[in-house]
Amino acid sequence: MNYLIRGAHVMDPKNKLDQVLDIRIKKGRLNEIGKDLAANGEEIFEAEHLHLLPGLIDLHTHFREPGFEQKETIVTGAQAALHGGFVGCVSMPNTQPPCDHQSVIDNIIRKAREVPFHIFPAGTISKERKGKELSEMADLKRAGIWAVTDDGSWVTDSLLMRRAMEYASMMGLLVISHCEDKRLAGGGVMNEGLTSTQLGLKGNPVQSEEIAVMRDIQLARLTGARLHIAHVSTAGSVKLIHEAKEEGLAVTAEATPHHLSLTEAACEEYNTNSKMSPPLRTAKDVAALQKALKEGTIDCVATDHAPHTEEEKMLEFDEAPFGVIGLETALAVCLTELVHAKKMTLGELVQRMSTRPAEILKLPEGFGEIRKGTEANLTLVDLSEEWTVDTHKFVSKSKNSCFGGKKLKGKVMATLCLGNFWIYQKELVR
Amino acid sequence: MNEAWIRKDLLGLRGLSKEEIELLLQTAKSFQEISLRPVKKVPALRGKTVANLFFEPSTRTRISFELAEKRLSADTINMVGSTSSMVKGESLKDTARNIESLKVDIVVMRHSSSGAPHRLAPILKASVINAGDGINEHPTQALLDMFTVMEKKGKIKGLKISFIGDILHSRVARSNIWGLTKLGAQVTVCGPKTLLPPQIEKLGVSATTDLNEAVRDADVLNLLRIQLERQSESFFPSIREYAISYQINRDILKRAKPDVLIMHPGPVNRGIEITSDVVDGPYSVILDQVTHGLAVRMAVLYLLSGGPREGEE
Repeated sequence: MNYLIRGAHVMDPKNKLDQVLDIRIKKGRLNEIGKDLAANGEEIFEAEHLHLLPGLIDLHTHFREPGFEQKETIVTGAQAALHGGFVGCVSMPNTQPPCDHQSVIDNIIRKAREVPFHIFPAGTISKERKGKELSEMADLKRAGIWAVTDDGSWVTDSLLMRRAMEYASMMGLLVISHCEDKRLAGGGVMNEGLTSTQLGLKGNPVQSEEIAVMRDIQLARLTGARLHIAHVSTAGSVKLIHEAKEEGLAVTAEATPHHLSLTEAACEEYNTNSKMSPPLRTAKDVAALQKALKEGTIDCVATDHAPHTEEEKMLEFDEAPFGVIGLETALAVCLTELVHAKKMTLGELVQRMSTRPAEILKLPEGFGEIRKGTEANLTLVDLSEEWTVDTHKFVSKSKNSCFGGKKLKGKVMATLCLGNFWIYQKELVR
Repeated sequence: MNEAWIRKDLLGLRGLSKEEIELLLQTAKSFQEISLRPVKKVPALRGKTVANLFFEPSTRTRISFELAEKRLSADTINMVGSTSSMVKGESLKDTARNIESLKVDIVVMRHSSSGAPHRLAPILKASVINAGDGINEHPTQALLDMFTVMEKKGKIKGLKISFIGDILHSRVARSNIWGLTKLGAQVTVCGPKTLLPPQIEKLGVSATTDLNEAVRDADVLNLLRIQLERQSESFFPSIREYAISYQINRDILKRAKPDVLIMHPGPVNRGIEITSDVVDGPYSVILDQVTHGLAVRMAVLYLLSGGPREGEE
């Protein structure tokens, strides 16, 4: 399709674009970027007052398919992602069957084409995510995986993790680690501290994460593998990652919009939509994460979009599953809590939600940037639009958001993915 | 008197004011003599229906509530442990709503998960009484403990009250801490470090691992039942060592005040957290606690069922 997007404020930190420009898209590719482009029979989009960003990339999404289609499918998850301004997501492999075999990856890639949407599948580190034997990573790589992880289950066997990191690094695969010593977590359902004592809920101490981060950094040093620490939640983890980076290790890290903006206080009233792993921590941790994201110790924002049905989240706090969704609120939460709150600039946020994730994953050129000649994967956002999160309006199959009822500033107006225009919020066509 | 009571539910003592707790205790006092009458029944809850939903096994609390309900002339239905539909996979919400469809006025609920009654209360029209939720609260037990202290000591303010044992997993200790600190008692919690909740001092109590410190100068010693399975979870090395360090026996009581009260919510592990001679000895008010439980639960049921309420939560 051919489009002319007129008058958008283009924000691309990688190519140092920060100005009002027109963009011509021809046959799904960026054909021309410039001032006052003349229409040439294209569909015209008036994007005045909107910002045009390189399409957002999420390194941590649970699409739940195959196996848990009652929570989310690749189609509904991808639509939710597009709605939230994302053009590509790393799909987590804790499906049923798990992504420990090339046939499962084939299936995911085929379904992603139906949307169409970019899914960058992750395979498991170990067979059945049991932490006992390595999965067939080379075959999975040929099938199309971009990373390996046993997300949700930290590989407790340090020798297996060493071998996994060596083997993965041979193929240049990113190793993503959900850092949590489950024994030390002790069945905790929220952060351990005063609030858990007040609520009479079992606590999970910050050390359960930090011990795991510490070990995995040591193994990164030993193996030279590219290690990506998933959903960092504590000030202590930030410190460890900072030291690893100072040393020059190939360690990167992500933080979620909820860990960047909410504290354990959200668990009051036993709200199961505030139950996730790792748990929400304290104001001190939130401040450390925000600072680390600004300074680059935390490389990027990732959603950890983890859909669960209403029936599951209706259970008692102890019994309800861990996890919250985030694709449709991530950008708005970060704009509200980080950019509008003057914690970082828009350019910095774009870098952390698009450019940097694309770099970590080593995506081809055109992702994480707005570059002439590449496939159009773009996000159009109205920075000043204020809205209130209504979970019933989500296109995701699940509604388990910890931001329900929250007022946010900044809204995705449209997403272009694979050169296709997805218009959501306003009639932009003239 | 019950003009001051405006709440639909009794979920815990955390959210109650000092005045509300005092009202509950005063109301309990007025119900105390009913159980001493030849005909132990008043019509206060006649025509009202109370459902006792015990999703976790309980003998004492359930019997105490049931008797309190009967003495107030309420109609009662009981659902206990495995007889509930929970085992059939029905959600708590559905179970409760079904019971509500039977036009129940008050739901008394015991559940193994902290916060279960708090989640249920806002979706039910019926009043919800928390009869113990996970490791969170057991408000009627704390009220009967406070009532017992009032009966025996005539006051709570300024008294030194120590809780000894598994504080971490104790809903009795938590409710008592919320209540007693509001009424001005000086609360100490004592147990091995593994069984003290994180940052417990921030609730306004002292914490110690030294039994002598908890016993010395205490006006009341409230002992908590030590659950034998905590040993296998490595909270302490052995029952034997626990008893050596934290048992209340005749020797340790020599260091206590001469008028110290010994309390225990039951059931007692004789010979572990407390020796038999102390259970049955002169300081023990353990059976008074059971008796007072009846008056306290009658008071709670009465206040929650009382007349038109304004400003419901």
